[in-house]
Amino acid sequence: MSKRIELRNLNVYYGSFLAVEDINMVIEPRAITAFIGPSGCGKSTLIRTLNRMHEVIPGAYVQGELTMDGENIYAPEVDPVKVRRQVGMVFQRPNPFPTMSIKDNVLSGYKLNNSKMSKTEADEIAEKALVGANLWNEVKDRLERPGSSLSGGQQQRLCIARAIAVEPDVILMDEPTSALDPISTAAIEDLAVELKDKFTVVIVTHNMQQASRISDQTAFFNIAGTGMPGKLIEYDKTEKIFSNPTQKQTEDYVSGRFG
Amino acid sequence: MAATESKKSVTRLGDRIFSRTATFAGASILLTLAAVAFFLFLQAWPALLPDADFGGKADDGPLAYVAPFVFGTLYGSVIALAIATPLAVGIALYISHYAPRRFSQALGYVVDLLAAIPSVVYGLWGILVLAPFLTPSYQWLNENLGWIPFFEGQVSATGRTMLTVAIVLSIMILPIMAALIREVFLQTPKLHEEAALALGATRWEMIRMAVLPFGRPGIISAMMLGLGRALGETMAVAMVLSPASVISFALLTSQNPNTIAANIALQFPESGGDYRSMLVGTGLMLFLITMAINMVARYIISRRAEFSGAN
Amino acid sequence: MSAVTSSLQASASLPRWYNPAALLGSFSLALASMTLSGFEDEAGNLNLAAVIVIGYLLYMAITFVVSRAVEGRRKSVDRMVTGLVTAAFTLAVIPLLSLTYTVVSNGLARLDATFFSNSMRNIVGEGGGALHAIVGTLELTGIATLISVPIGIMTAIYLVEYGRGRLAKLVTFFVDVMTGIPSIVAGLFAFTLFLVVLGPANAINGLAGAVSLSVLMVPVVIRATEEMLKIVPNELREASYALGVPKWLTIIKVVIPTALAGIATGVIIAIARVIGETAPLLLAAGFTASMNYNPLSDKMMTLPVFVFTSFANQGVDTQAYIDRSWAGALTLMIIVMVLNLIARIISRVFSPRG
Repeated sequence: MSKRIELRNLNVYYGSFLAVEDINMVIEPRAITAFIGPSGCGKSTLIRTLNRMHEVIPGAYVQGELTMDGENIYAPEVDPVKVRRQVGMVFQRPNPFPTMSIKDNVLSGYKLNNSKMSKTEADEIAEKALVGANLWNEVKDRLERPGSSLSGGQQQRLCIARAIAVEPDVILMDEPTSALDPISTAAIEDLAVELKDKFTVVIVTHNMQQASRISDQTAFFNIAGTGMPGKLIEYDKTEKIFSNPTQKQTEDYVSGRFG
Repeated sequence: MAATESKKSVTRLGDRIFSRTATFAGASILLTLAAVAFFLFLQAWPALLPDADFGGKADDGPLAYVAPFVFGTLYGSVIALAIATPLAVGIALYISHYAPRRFSQALGYVVDLLAAIPSVVYGLWGILVLAPFLTPSYQWLNENLGWIPFFEGQVSATGRTMLTVAIVLSIMILPIMAALIREVFLQTPKLHEEAALALGATRWEMIRMAVLPFGRPGIISAMMLGLGRALGETMAVAMVLSPASVISFALLTSQNPNTIAANIALQFPESGGDYRSMLVGTGLMLFLITMAINMVARYIISRRAEFSGAN
Repeated sequence: MSAVTSSLQASASLPRWYNPAALLGSFSLALASMTLSGFEDEAGNLNLAAVIVIGYLLYMAITFVVSRAVEGRRKSVDRMVTGLVTAAFTLAVIPLLSLTYTVVSNGLARLDATFFSNSMRNIVGEGGGALHAIVGTLELTGIATLISVPIGIMTAIYLVEYGRGRLAKLVTFFVDVMTGIPSIVAGLFAFTLFLVVLGPANAINGLAGAVSLSVLMVPVVIRATEEMLKIVPNELREASYALGVPKWLTIIKVVIPTALAGIATGVIIAIARVIGETAPLLLAAGFTASMNYNPLSDKMMTLPVFVFTSFANQGVDTQAYIDRSWAGALTLMIIVMVLNLIARIISRVFSPRG
């Protein structure tokens, strides 16, 4: 549970286009790390390299090293599918599987992979995950209803339950609240703070206030211009980034001068 | 820190099997078409040899035999298209812009019902209902407008003429054409329509200004689709037409050039030897003609797509 | 104060009762003139086609003149176009009504128990039925479906989920070509294939007919499945990959179930299309008067071919043959309508919500 992620000289390519250049950082376990920066700076690209999801796009690849608790997930003999089983992801728009019930959605990490489990095991795992996602009380009487019958905020918590049900080491959140209303957003933020007790949480967010509210460490990315690669400008404790950043670019961004 | 390029060096067995099966399925399409071309050519080949014996049915050689059928196929389909196109545009316009909105889906279903009727039923209806219904009109046309080349000749007493066939064909291709054109008309950007109305245009003027220009590539698309279907139609023609081996433009007589497809349907079951080979050859010709028209259509549409309102 | 008409005033408009009155008047006039002038055919029947045409032309002519005088040029043109467009639609509905009426009224004559429980074996003249044809149609369409659906769905999966590069472009191009194959060419192909493989004595059989139907069905299944797969949002695939589900399991357990209702609808529509095909079956499966349950040997009768041969090869009692032909046509149409209905119901009821 809760691994420590180290990126060393990581470069991310789409075909021949360098999208993100030379990232060196350490993501601490049992903490929330936020990626912030203007549109197109590569933060979404970078978070997808943490579970090798960027490879779903043909021609995408990385150079460099990315280790979890010391193991390089990009080593040649590593199976990307197995990496993804250890790293959970929540997306910008809630995407529960429409043909499955709420319960089956939570268990989909097991069921889609043909894992056999007894009914009692299944019930326990589903309840535990839904409790962990703060959704249990709202859905415990309608577990067989379709996943798409919930509201937006509930659907996103369902996706979080789905992600934590397989007990990953890391949870990635790619702008998880940008499609939600303020109340649901607050619910998800509270949830993220609870989750960091057990998991490493990395969150990409457009919303600086969100980053300053919930994260322990913040990484600020920027690009020099269109067509240029994204770079890590500054990475430090959240308080420092927002009150007393070292780099001028960082200060300009957090004070709203651009982005 | 060694820089390693990440490659897809690990693929799962399930993925490999599945993707290969899918690729094989795709390749089987190519295989099937190659097989069609191969077997047809194989069977048609003997008819092209100089010493082919057609059993008296094609004494002037294969080309002279085929010529009326090629003519009949194209002639009937072109007339059907000429009848169907304005009707399809009219129907599409009616459903998209004239009928009350609540009914437009239901009306669409009604026209689509025409498409569900099998061609053999069209054949029965054509020869037993439509032909007799039109015969008096043919007589009138022949008597009074017989100086027009289309209406000349000895008028048919049964109504089994090229014109009847063309009308049946047009009814058969009407629903798909109307459905396609209706889709396109419904997609006319509201902005264009409202701009015309804001200029004080009447409904027809608005349609002329906004809907028709936008829909032109779609109309051409539908025409090609309709033409393709009409060319391949067999049973309706086989049952309705009264055939003869002539090349003639006359629409009202009993001496009509048959179509390639209908001729094959009528002659093939009892045929044998080189004559059967020749029939297969005509089938191959039909296939090539239809393919050619499809490709021309695709070319025209891709050229016009740049100028269509869809951009 | 000069008597200037305000430019906002609506210009004069024909009253609402104009249309029905003009239509009624024109057609009555046409009917009257036709009856009175004695324009009849040999049987003494009124030329209905002429009445309709003349009535319509009268209506259009009168409307043009009256409207132009009262409403002005632009509005009169608008009215003419409305008349044209409405006529076009009516012209489409008339054959539909005529067809339906004809098939139903003529087909009911033989829609009896005998028709559905007998073949044409040893029948010359009255009696007999289409059981052999119905069984044949169900069997051959079933076999064609079994062949076409797996190939069609897998090819669509290839094109949407995997295909990139030249092979995919070729495949998509040839699927288009396949969509345009005339049905009789498919029949010639199946016949020739079996001729070469099984020899002249065994060439015509049920399986050959099924193969010719498959050639016509596969491209329809491919295109419909492609559409449905493309509609599945990419986010669902991503969610599945992020859970560590490999691509092939994602396709089988997430993408296809989500698209299933649409795929099923597409398959049923493809079936409805080929079930009425006559020409390819005439060539490849032949026709017979007897029952034949075995698609691998000997000719097999199918419903559309039954309709055709009953009409084309009439025996002693011609009316009996024609009656059987219509009854077969009615049966065929009922089957096609039911299939279309089922397709619509599936697509309404089973589409995944949200």
